[in-house]
Amino acid sequence: MMCFINWHVIQPVILTDMKTFLTFVKKEFYHIFRDRWTMIILLILPIMLMLLFGFMMSTEVKNVRFAIYDPSRDVATHAIADKMKLNEYFIFTGYLDSPEQIDEIFRKGEASLVMVFNNRFYDNMVHTGDAQIQLIADGSDPNTASTFTLYASNIVASYQQDLMGDMKIPYNIQPELKLLYNPTLKGTYSFVPGVMGMILMLVCAMMTSVSIAREKEFGTMEVLLVSPMKPIQIILSKVVPYFFLSVINLTTMLLLSVYVLDVPVTGSLSLLISISLIFILVSLALGLLISSMVDKQMIALLISGMVLMLPVTMLSGMMFPIENMPWILQIIANIIPATWYIIAVKKIMIQGLDFFSVFNEFLILSTMAVVMIGVSIQRFKYRLE
Amino acid sequence: MLKYLIEKEFKQFFRNKFLPRVVLALPLFATLIFPLVANFDVKSINLSIVDNDKSTYSNQLINKVTSSGYFKISDVSTSYKDALKSVELLKSDVILEIPHKFEAGLIREGEGSVMIAANTVNGMKGGLGSAYLSSIVADYNNMIRTNLLELNGAATKHSFEIVPLFKFNPGLIYQVYMIPAIMIMILGLVCGFLPALNIVSEKESGTIEQINVTPVSKLMFILAKLIPYWIVGFVVLTIGFLSAWMFYGFLPAGSFVTLYLFASIFVLAISGFGLVVSNYAATIQQSIFMIFFFVMLFIFMSGLYTPIASMPDWAQQFSNFSPIKYIISVFRQVYLKGSSITDLTTQLFALLGFAVFFNGWAVFSYRKKN
Amino acid sequence: MESIGKTGIFNSEIVISADKLTKKFGQFTAVNEISFEVRKGEIFGFLGANGAGKTTAMRMLTGLSHPTSGSGYVAGFDIYTESEQIKKNIGYMSQKFALYDDLKVWENIRFYAGIYGVPNKEIEPRTEALLNKLGFEKERNSLVKSLPLGWKQKLAFSVAIFHEPKIVFLDEPTSGVDPLSRRNFWEMIYDAADRGITVFVTTHYMDEAEYCNRISVMVDGKIEALDTPDNLKTQFNSSNMNDVFYKLARNSTRNSD
Repeated sequence: MMCFINWHVIQPVILTDMKTFLTFVKKEFYHIFRDRWTMIILLILPIMLMLLFGFMMSTEVKNVRFAIYDPSRDVATHAIADKMKLNEYFIFTGYLDSPEQIDEIFRKGEASLVMVFNNRFYDNMVHTGDAQIQLIADGSDPNTASTFTLYASNIVASYQQDLMGDMKIPYNIQPELKLLYNPTLKGTYSFVPGVMGMILMLVCAMMTSVSIAREKEFGTMEVLLVSPMKPIQIILSKVVPYFFLSVINLTTMLLLSVYVLDVPVTGSLSLLISISLIFILVSLALGLLISSMVDKQMIALLISGMVLMLPVTMLSGMMFPIENMPWILQIIANIIPATWYIIAVKKIMIQGLDFFSVFNEFLILSTMAVVMIGVSIQRFKYRLE
Repeated sequence: MLKYLIEKEFKQFFRNKFLPRVVLALPLFATLIFPLVANFDVKSINLSIVDNDKSTYSNQLINKVTSSGYFKISDVSTSYKDALKSVELLKSDVILEIPHKFEAGLIREGEGSVMIAANTVNGMKGGLGSAYLSSIVADYNNMIRTNLLELNGAATKHSFEIVPLFKFNPGLIYQVYMIPAIMIMILGLVCGFLPALNIVSEKESGTIEQINVTPVSKLMFILAKLIPYWIVGFVVLTIGFLSAWMFYGFLPAGSFVTLYLFASIFVLAISGFGLVVSNYAATIQQSIFMIFFFVMLFIFMSGLYTPIASMPDWAQQFSNFSPIKYIISVFRQVYLKGSSITDLTTQLFALLGFAVFFNGWAVFSYRKKN
Repeated sequence: MESIGKTGIFNSEIVISADKLTKKFGQFTAVNEISFEVRKGEIFGFLGANGAGKTTAMRMLTGLSHPTSGSGYVAGFDIYTESEQIKKNIGYMSQKFALYDDLKVWENIRFYAGIYGVPNKEIEPRTEALLNKLGFEKERNSLVKSLPLGWKQKLAFSVAIFHEPKIVFLDEPTSGVDPLSRRNFWEMIYDAADRGITVFVTTHYMDEAEYCNRISVMVDGKIEALDTPDNLKTQFNSSNMNDVFYKLARNSTRNSD
C-alpha cells in the first residue's frame, strides 16, 4: 500500500503540521518567559537549594559548647580540661561554680555538654581507682548528643594513654576505620541526589499541571481545542517547554554539584543522564495526569503539593531513612518514582556503580514512565474527544 | 469597621470546603505521621560481618556488637569483597571484618586489629555507625584487657571511669526532638501560606479594588487579614499539642503558657511575612512560588533537620534571619528542658522584632493607589 | 440645554471637577489633559472605545490611581491629598461587579454597609427593604456566585449606593448583560439620580449614551467632545449617537481591541 502514497502531497501536510506545532511550543515558551517571577524562581530555586543543602545541611558535629564543673582543680583535671579546650570540635564556655548551674545553662541553651569531675580526682585516680568523669549531655537532639559524647569520651580516654607514657598498651585492639564513598562525611553526598529528584519533580509535574489547569480555568483550553491541532499535539506543546527547563535545571544542578559542591560524578555520566531523562518523563506524565483530573489551578497546585511534593521530600529517602519508617509508609515510599530515582543517582554518582547495579531502578522507572504516559494520554483523549 | 471585615473573613473561611479541613487535619496528621517519617534514629544499622577468625574472642565481640541494640546483622560474608557487594546493594551500612588469627595474635603478641568499613553516602548514619562500632570495640578491648591483666596478676594503675549521661531525653528518642519542631513547621505553613493566598485571590477576583475605594484604611485591612489567621494559629497549635499527647503521650516539661505566648508572636511574624509576599505577587501561582521559596529557606536555615552548630560560620550568621530558628529552639527547649521565659529572652526579642518588621512592611507595601 | 428635562441640575453645586488631568504610564499617555465638571444629581456619561482611557480617568477620580499631572476634586476633596475623604463620599462599581462570590447576598450587603459605616441597627431593616425592592427576597441566602449576571449587576449597584454616597462611579456596568437587564439597570440609575446621587458612568454602548444628561467622548486619552446628547447630535449633524461616535473615533490611532 505504501507505494500509493503521494509524498508530494503528504510532505507539505506534515510540514505545516510541524509548523503549527512549533508555533504552539513557542507560545508556551512566551508564557513562561513573560511571567518573570515564576521564571526566576524556576531557574534560581534549583541553584539556591543545591547551595543551601550543600553548605548548610551538614550533620557534621562541631562547635559543641561545653562547660566544666570541677571541684578538684588538680593536675589531672586541668590536663583533661586542656585536652578538651584544644580540640577543634569543642568550644569552652567556662567553669561552673555549683552543680545547680548545670540545669540552668542547659535550659538557656548555652552549652550542650558539661564535664563533671568528682572530688579529689587525682588522688582517687592514683590511689583508689574511684576517679570519675561524668559527661552530662543535653540529649534533646539524640544523634548529635551521642556523636559528641563519643568524641568527648575518646578525648578524655586519650589522657589515660598519656599517663602510660611511652609504655605500650597491653592487649590492644586497633580498629582500622574505612569510610567508603564519602570519607569526609559530607552531608552533600546524601542531599544532592535528593535535591535533584525534588527539583525535577517540582518543575515537571507541578508546573505542567498548573499551566494546563490555568488554561482550562481561563477557558483558553477550549480555544486551543477547536484549533486544527490534534489534542496530543496540544498536550505535547505544553510539555516540551518544561522538558527543556528541566534539562537546563539538570545541567545546572550537575555543574553545581561537581564544581561547587565537590560531589563528583563517579560513575558513568551518560548513565546518569539517561536515568534522569526517564525520571523527567515520569514527572511530566504525572503532571499531565493531575491536570487531566482538575480544572482549577489552585486545586492542581494543592494536589501536586500534597500528593507529590510532600511525599517526595518526606518519604523518598531524600532526607529521612526509609528503613526507619513503619511498613505502611515504606510501601508508599516504594511507589514514589523519586525514591527509585534517588537510589539510582546515589548509586551512579556517588558509589560509581555500573549499569547492572541500577538495572532494577531503570526497569521500575521505565515501567512507571510508560504506564503513566499511557494513562494520561488515554485520559486526555477521553476528556477531549 | 474592623468587626465587619473580620466577620467576612471568617464567613469565607468556613464556607470554603477545603480550608477548615486543612486546618484541622494538617496538624493532626503531621504530628501523627511526621515523627514516624522524620526519624533519624540511628538504631538499626545494618551490619555485614566477615569473621575470618571464628574464635571465642571473635564470637564474644560479635555478641557484644549485636547486644548493643544499635546493629542488626543483615549479612554474613566470607570475604570483604562479598561484604562490599552487600553494601553496594544497600543491604548493609557497615562492615565489621575480624582478621584471621585475631584471638591468637591478641593473646600472644598483645595486639590485634579489626576493620570497620562504613557506607558514608549518608554521612550521619555511616559516621555514627562507625563511631558506635569503634566504641563497642574499645569497650570490649577494656573488658578483655582487664581480664587478661588480672589473669597475669598485673593491676591497672591510674585509671578513671567515664560516665556518659544524657539529660532531658535519656532514651535518646529522636521523635521527642522532632515533634515540637514539626508543630512549628505546620504552624508556619498554615499561617504563612493562607494570608498570602487570601490577599492574592482577592486581587485575582478584583474585590480588592472594591475595598480600595472604600474608606477602609491600610491598617484595618491588614489587621482584618491578620487576626483571623492569628486565631487559626491557636487552633492549629492546640490540635498539635493534643495529638502529640494522644499519639505519643508527649507533654512539655515547661509550661503551655510559655509556648502559647511565643507561638502567638511567631504567628504574627510569619503571617506578616505572608502578607508582604502577597502585596508583591500578582497571581496565586507567583505567590505560591515565592512563599515556597522563602519558607524552604527559613526552614532549612532553622536547624529543624540539621543542627545550626554544624553549619559553616557564614551560614550560622545567615540563619539568624530565620524567624523559624528562634521559635523552634523555644519549642524544643520548653518541651524538653522546661525552659521558662527568663531563659529565652533572646528568642523573645528576636521574634518581637520580626513581628514588628514584617507587619510594618506589610502595611507599608500595601498600596491602595498605584 | 432646554431640551433636557432636568435643567435644574445645571445650577446645582459642582461635585466633580477635573482640570488638565493626565496619567502617563512611562512613555504612554493614557489620559491626556482632560478637563470637565459634573454637577450634583447629574448622570454624566464617559464614552470611548476600549483603551481610550475611560477606566484610567475613573481610577484617578476614585483614588485608585495617582494622577501624573493636572488637578481634580471629587465631592469637594482634592484627589491628590484627600483620597480617603473622597472614599467616604463615593460608591464604586467595577467591571467585574466585585462582590464576594462565596458570601451570601445579605452577607455582601451587610459587609459593604458595615465598612462604609452604616450604623449597625440600620443595616438589617435597610437590607430587608433593599431585597424587597429588588425582588430578591428568595435569594437572600443564595451565594452570589449562583446568581445570574444581570442579578449580580443589580446587586452590585445597590451595594455601591447602599450607604447613600454623594457620587457613584460605574465602570462599564452593563457589559455582558442582555438588553432587557440593561434597561432595568438604567431605571435603577435614574432612580438613584432622582434621589440626588450623582452618577458618573463609563460605557461603550451608544444607546446608553442617550440616557445620560451629558456625555463626554474620549478618543486616545483626550476628551474630543462634551455636551448633552442632543447638542452633540446637532453639532455632528447625526441622527444618533452611534454616528457621532464614529465621526469622532475614526481618527483614533489606538487599537480598540
